[in-house]
Formats: sequence, C-alpha cells, structure tokens
Amino acid sequence: MPVVFIPTPMRDLTGGEATVTVEGEFVRDVIDALDRRYPGIKDRLCRGDALVPGLQVCIDDTMTRRGLNARLAPQSEVHFLPPIGGG
Amino acid sequence: MAHTEELYLGKKSYNVIGTRPIRHDGADKVTGKAVYTSDLHLPNLAHGKILRSPHAHARIKSIDVSEALQVPGVFAVVTHDDFPDLENKVANLGEAGMVNLLELGANCLAKGKVLYKGHAVAAVAAASTHVAEEAVLKIKVEYEVLPSVTWVLDAMAPTAPILHENLRTDFMGKKEDKPTNVALHLQFEKGNIAEGFQSADVIVEREFKTASVHQGYIEPHVTVALWNEDSRLKIWTSTQGSFVCRQQVAELLGIAVSQCVVVPCEIGGGFGGKIAVYLEPVAALLSRKCGRPVKMSMQRNEVFEGTGPTPGSFMRVKIGAKKDGTLVAGEAWLAYDCGGFPGGVIGPGCMCVFSCYEFPNAKVDGFDVLNNKPHTQAYRAPGATQAAFACEQVIDELAAKLNIDPIEFRLKNAAKEGTRRVDGPVYPRVGFIECLEAAKNSPHWKTPLTGKNRGRGIAAGFWFNIGCASSCSASVNDDGRVTLVEGSTDIGGSRTSIAMQLAETLGIGAHDVQPQVADTDSVGYTFLTGGSRVTFATGLAAYQLGLDLQGQMKQRAAEIWGCGADTIKVENGNYSHNGHTLSFKQLAAKVAENGLPPVVGRASVAPEGSTNAFGVHIADVEVDPETGKVTVLRYTSVQDAGKAIHPSYVEGQLQGGAVQGIGWALNEEYFYDDKNQMRNASFLDYRMPTCLDVPMIETIIVEVPNPTHPYGVRGVGETPIVAPPATIANAVHAATGCRMTSLPISPPVLWKAISTKA
Amino acid sequence: MSKKTHVTATLNGETVEFLCEPRHSLLEVLRDTLQMTGAKEGCNNGNCGACTVMLNGRPVNSCLVLGVEAEGATLETVEGIASHAHLHPIQQCFLEGAALQCGICTPGFLIAAKALLEQNPNPSEHEIRFKLANNLCRCTGYDKIVKAVQAAALELQKAAP
Repeated sequence: MPVVFIPTPMRDLTGGEATVTVEGEFVRDVIDALDRRYPGIKDRLCRGDALVPGLQVCIDDTMTRRGLNARLAPQSEVHFLPPIGGG
Repeated sequence: MAHTEELYLGKKSYNVIGTRPIRHDGADKVTGKAVYTSDLHLPNLAHGKILRSPHAHARIKSIDVSEALQVPGVFAVVTHDDFPDLENKVANLGEAGMVNLLELGANCLAKGKVLYKGHAVAAVAAASTHVAEEAVLKIKVEYEVLPSVTWVLDAMAPTAPILHENLRTDFMGKKEDKPTNVALHLQFEKGNIAEGFQSADVIVEREFKTASVHQGYIEPHVTVALWNEDSRLKIWTSTQGSFVCRQQVAELLGIAVSQCVVVPCEIGGGFGGKIAVYLEPVAALLSRKCGRPVKMSMQRNEVFEGTGPTPGSFMRVKIGAKKDGTLVAGEAWLAYDCGGFPGGVIGPGCMCVFSCYEFPNAKVDGFDVLNNKPHTQAYRAPGATQAAFACEQVIDELAAKLNIDPIEFRLKNAAKEGTRRVDGPVYPRVGFIECLEAAKNSPHWKTPLTGKNRGRGIAAGFWFNIGCASSCSASVNDDGRVTLVEGSTDIGGSRTSIAMQLAETLGIGAHDVQPQVADTDSVGYTFLTGGSRVTFATGLAAYQLGLDLQGQMKQRAAEIWGCGADTIKVENGNYSHNGHTLSFKQLAAKVAENGLPPVVGRASVAPEGSTNAFGVHIADVEVDPETGKVTVLRYTSVQDAGKAIHPSYVEGQLQGGAVQGIGWALNEEYFYDDKNQMRNASFLDYRMPTCLDVPMIETIIVEVPNPTHPYGVRGVGETPIVAPPATIANAVHAATGCRMTSLPISPPVLWKAISTKA
Repeated sequence: MSKKTHVTATLNGETVEFLCEPRHSLLEVLRDTLQMTGAKEGCNNGNCGACTVMLNGRPVNSCLVLGVEAEGATLETVEGIASHAHLHPIQQCFLEGAALQCGICTPGFLIAAKALLEQNPNPSEHEIRFKLANNLCRCTGYDKIVKAVQAAALELQKAAP
C-alpha cells in the first residue's frame, strides 16, 4: 500500500504520525482514505477538486503535475511539497 | 525510459554531442542583426511610459489623468481600472506556480494601494517616448502615505505596518486569524532533532542575513503590443517563456489564450526575472485604447525599482556532528521576503538548505514575508543561494572545529542515491560525490595557496532542475538539411544544444539542422526557459522528434527499395537494405525526386521530476585589511551536467553563474534609506562585477548521466549560482578569521569586522 | 518639442544625414532615426557599455553623446565591423570561443575590443580586462570574452604584414 508522508503542520490531525499507510490507486483515493481516518486533513490538502495552490504531489522522487489524478504504484511514497519552478 | 540503456549506456561516444560547433544564431549576434524586441519598428507605432509610485507604501486616494490627455501627441492613458474585474481568480501557470490574478494585475498597475517605490500606477501612450515621459508627469495622483517596512524581521514584528489587511498566515493548510505580513509558514521535519543534537559532540549555530539582489540582465524589460480590430492581440516581447507570457496576458485581459500570439524576440538575459509579466498587459490595454501598436521599455532605474529582485533573508542554522564527522542533526529557520505580494521562493529555500547532506534528524521552518519592496522573482536556483550561504558556512565551521578537511567532511555526509531529504523524497542517482572527488583532484585544490591575507574556501550547491512540457517540429529539406521549429526562448545558446540532440539522433551534422524559435501560433506548447530545463526537456523532445523523422525516412526508403520499413537498418544516418545504402542526405534528395510525401515530424514531451544537479566551488581570495576589499585570485566551479551537449556553453553557464554569485557575495545589494527608498537604482551604484573584478573561472564538468534522459542530460543553468557566496565567505574567513554572516561582504562591512577583531 | 537640427556624418563609411532634436542622444538617432539597431540600450546613463560605438576613432557610450554632436563625425557601429560578407577576426573569435550567451552586450564588447586591439595589438590579460571594464556582461562571467579577445589579438598579429 502507498505510504503517505504527512506534512509536519498536519500531524496535529494524525496524532503525530509522520507516515500513514493507506489504500489507493490514485492520489485522490489516498487523500479520501486519509480523511476517513483523520477527518479534516482533506480540507488542508484540497480546495475544491484540486490540491490547494502552493502544494504539489511528489511520488517517490518525482514531482508530478497530475495532482489528484496521479497514479500510484503499490509501494509508492506520497509527499506533499511546495512546487519547484526555477529561474 | 526504454531508450536510455541502449543509447546512453550502450554508446560511449557521440558524433555531435560533446563537440563545440558555432551557434546557429552566432552571425546574427556578432553583426548586430539579431532582432531584440527593442529593435522592432512598426508602422504607426506609439510609445508607452509608466508613472511609478514615489512612496514605499501609500493608499491611492485619486488619480486624475485629464491634464495628461491634453498633452499634444498623447493617445491614451490607462490605470488599473482598465483591467477587467480580476477578483478571486487564480490561474495555474503550470510549474511557474499558481498566480493570483488580482495580485498579478495589481503589480502591473496598482489597485488601491502602492506597495513599493517604483510600483506602476498609470501608463501613457504617445507619439514618442519623450512626449509620453512629459505626459506621465501631468497625471495627478493623490496619496495617503503609510508607514512602510523593508527588513524582513521588522516586517514579521507584531507592530509592523500591514501591507494586505485581509492576509492571514497559511501554515500549510491551516489559516491563522490575525492580520500579518507572513503569508506562508512552511515546516519540514525528519527524525527527532532533540535526540539528534543530544548525541552531537560539536554544535555550531549561526545567524545570517542577505540583501535583496537583482538578476541584472543587461536588456531592460521591453514589449510591443498590437490589439487588432479583429480582437486578436499580438505581442512581441523579451520573455523567458512565450506561452507563459501568453497565458498571463490572456488571463489578465479576460481573453482566450488563442486570441493572443506572443512572438519571442531575442532576449537580453532573464535569469528568472523575465517570467512574470509587467509591461505586456499594460501595452495591450494601451493598444486597445489607441488603436496603434504600442512599444514600452523600461529605463534601468525602473528595472531595479519595479521588477523582481530575489529575496532579502534572515536565516538561523544549527548543525550538530559527531567527533568522527558524522552529521547528526540540523535545524534551520528561514525568513525570506517576497516584496509587495505573497508568493516568494521560501519553498525551495527550505527544501535546499540541507539538500546536500544526509541528516538523520532535521527540522526546517520557513516564512514567506511581505514587505515594501518589488515583488520578488526567481533568480537562478531561486531560494537556494541564500540557504547555501548559511548552511555551507556552518558546515565549514564544523569541519574546522573537528579538524577534518572540508572536502572529506562533505564526502562523509554527502547526499547520494538513497539519501532521504529533509522534505521527504529519496534521491535517485546523483553526482555530488563525483563533484567532491573532482574538486579534491582539481589542479586548484592541489595547488597550495600562500601569501599574507589570503584564504581558500570551498562550498557546495544543489538545485532540483525541472522538466515540463516542450514541443517541436521539423521538416526535411531536399538537400538533407532539417529545419527545426521549437518554442524555447534561446538565452544562452540553447538553439544549438537542442539542434545538436536532433542531429545526433538522426546521424547528421550539427549544422545540418537549422533551428528557429517560433511564436505561440507556430509551435506546440512549450514551457518557459528556466529551471535549467531547456537542454533537458526540449532536448528530449528533439530526440523524440529525431526518432519520428527517422521512422518516416525509413518508410520513404522502403517505398524506394520496395521493401518493408522494418527491414531497413539505420546506422550513423545511413539507411541500408540488401546491399543498398543511402545517406540521410541522399535519401532526402530521393524523396523529392520520387515525388514521395515530404518528411515532416513532430514531438511533444512532458517529463516530470527533477534531474538534481550538484556543484562544488573553490575560491582563493586576498583581503586588503586597510580597506576590506576582497580580490578573487582564483576560482573553480565543478558541476555534474549529466552530459554536456555543447561543453563551451556548459562552461559558460558555470562561469556566468559564478561571477553573478561573486557579485552577490561581494557588492550587490538593494540599498534602502530611512524612507525605504532604494538609493542605488543604477548600474553605477548597484555594482555588478566587471571583467576587471574577476579572474578566469576554471570549470570541471562532471558527467554522471541522468537516467531519465536518453543522452543523460541534467541541465546546468541554475546550480552555478548556489555555492559562490558561501564559497567566498569561507575563503574570506580563511584569509581573515572573520566569519562573515551577512551579504554582501562589501569593503566597509569587512573592514569593520577586521578592525573589530583586531 | 524643440526645433530639429540637420546633421551630416559618416556612418560605417557612408555619408548619412538626419534631423534630430537637441535632446536626442546619438544612441536614439542611430537606433530610431537611422534604424541601425546594433548598438543596444542597457542603462541609458553610460554605465553598461552596450551602446558603445566608435566616434572619430574612439569608443564612446552613444547614450552619453548627443545626436547633434555627430555633425561632421566619423562613426562606426557593430554593423560596420564585418566586411564583404566576411566576419572580422574579433567576431569570428567571439563565435568560436562561445564568448556570448544572450548577445545583448556583444555589439558593445566587439567595438570596445576592436578599439583596444587597434591601439594595443598585444595586450596582456590585465590590459584587456581594464579596457573592457566599461562593458557589463551578466551571462558569461567574462572568461570567454577575455579569451576571445586574446585569440583575436593572435589572429590579427598573424594577418599583419
């Protein structure tokens, strides 16, 4: 199952857990599953049907622009990070 | 990627990649023929000029443009009211981030308040620049001047003047409830820092600050906009990304992107500062009002006062290590200013501060802080240089305290494949250790430095590098030359690095490909030139394009020879079957002779993830204790390029970044007076390095192939600026014993430090 | 608007005539009136050197010269360096040495370098750096520019009788 790395400021909702293992084929499934276990976390991660502006999904070592629709492998790590642009 | 192994790992040498052909646009650029936006002359052209705020912070009570409109030769005047209603709109600019249109529009023309000196307030279009300059002075603006703040820590204080009354701190999804200038609080944690520091034998903690610096491109912002009677908008401009420019302009003006075409002219430098729009939407509004094309260009003081510097910062970094040199804990607290609007570069700053090393326990807090400066923009590896200035000095100090060689200390803790960064992800194959080894074996490091008041410093730097969408197309001419159309603005020779990858793939010469950068109507979506992405991502598109062309050439050959395309062998650009062989050129001629369909190819890609470029810099300096002036005697930049397509232009990136970084280290700063007015908005007083200020910059290109690119390319543009300020500071420390914790290390500051120490 | 003045000058070997206002800089005249856009505007106050042209055999910042001052003068701009479809050795060395990236400062550097080598055919690295210190480049770090000038000096010495 994918492992979600909980951003530090959201660990108040997970009882301090830094990583949580949940079912999910897509990032949106994983967030829904997280929210069932830790109500309120979806509000922090999503606005409407998208990630909040200022967050990007990183699956293993790969930042993806597919957001909630990004597909996960069974052993994927999921990170929520600020976006990286560049000069 | 499937092709990686067969192409890169299977093939040790290339025909084109790694050679140094003359750039395709070279003759244009050494004869004055290359067309930069400012060189355009259109019929019936009007000239625009901006009125800017004289105050650092003020409420706009009224704007009266009536007298300006009376000036003979004035065609139109615009203010923020000419924008459509931008309330509550957020535009997704891809990897350029989410942009709040209200804020972007209010930066182009102030809405209700001016937030920094130089903030655009209104604009005039007139028969000439001089008339427009006279007319803007006739615009009457009534201001209510407000208290202002420019130092990041002052702006965070509870008593600070508030820039945006409705802003609340966002703590990664959690909103605070008080008005504040802190737009964003980020936090990353790994392991347990309390336990980590407890286990440390040595701990070093220091505070650092850096001044705002500007990208300093020599070409000021300039644009020409033509709003046609059919509602088509055409913009010629100096931009790092024509598609990203198009999107911003269309969103701000409330038109469809396809209604707008952006023509990227040659660009005179960008470094991250020519991504956000400033003049383009304003020129478009003026053009719509006056029915003429409108040209607008900034003067140098407007560039300094009205466009993005990179953040000023305050940082506290604490690192603990064991006696044997193993790092056990790191803690960083970073506050970066973002100027008048939220959304600076604190995110990557936080992600880069400890990115060079393996830290079992670490915590990073970061703050995006509003103050009365121009809204900050990216500047080559945005946010990483400040962070490295802090971290790399603490690392240097720890190595000295533990009596371990600074390269060995870094090698012991170096990030490598499998290292988990503080922000979470694990690195794939990276080349930091190889860079450190190359530095250790360099002629520079192996040559002892002798002499009074001299010192040697070393520091490391990291930047992610990005991928994103790129498109290109090409047609094969009868003479076998290939016309390549791509969408990446060429700021430093990228036409050639892209053409070379296509040529290599096709087995033809670099100059058998003729590249051109097309406008937004003539090529598929291509993300901007930035993030060190062009040679990587557009190069990947060129490689795919080569495969497409090669496939079509095989089909044409199959028709000529009456065989199946899959029976044709292609090697080094030669197509052969059953004893027949045609070179690419011969085959191209045959295609025309036989009346076969012309060969036209296309490719588009959108690689994800970062390609991770590390660098290591070495500097020798001599300090004049009488004046505090630092002379750089020798400088070496080592960087993992993955694969250097055109080594000369890779060296050029390393050298250019080093010298920008030396300027950042020693002289450059936004100097504010007590009214928060910038006092050095010219190239005379904002002292960028001249060629007399620097030595030759030695370069060592390390090539640890990036597994996600067929030729191993990582991209090189940004990492070169990350290490220099820390490298210089470490060298200054070695020369003087003074640990310089604020930038710039200008003569008066260093002189004071030396004098106080003595 | 003030009355315009008639000016006659020699530009890249050809006689040119133009009308200009007293406030027009030579750079404005070259770029806007004569459409010779090779000289670039980087700062408009004499600090960056992108607008360097030869005025009566001396390199000047054309943004600091008035158009009316060009009366009777001999001017040379970047457009005049190459001859008969052949690049000058300085131009060739800049290309071969990758001494430009964005290219906006290049016209100014080429003029300054040509002026230097005409005055001093065998300059030391320090002399090159000293003489080119009026010209700012933000892309290259100067390394390849200095080396291109050194290479051009050798080429020109080889070609000299």
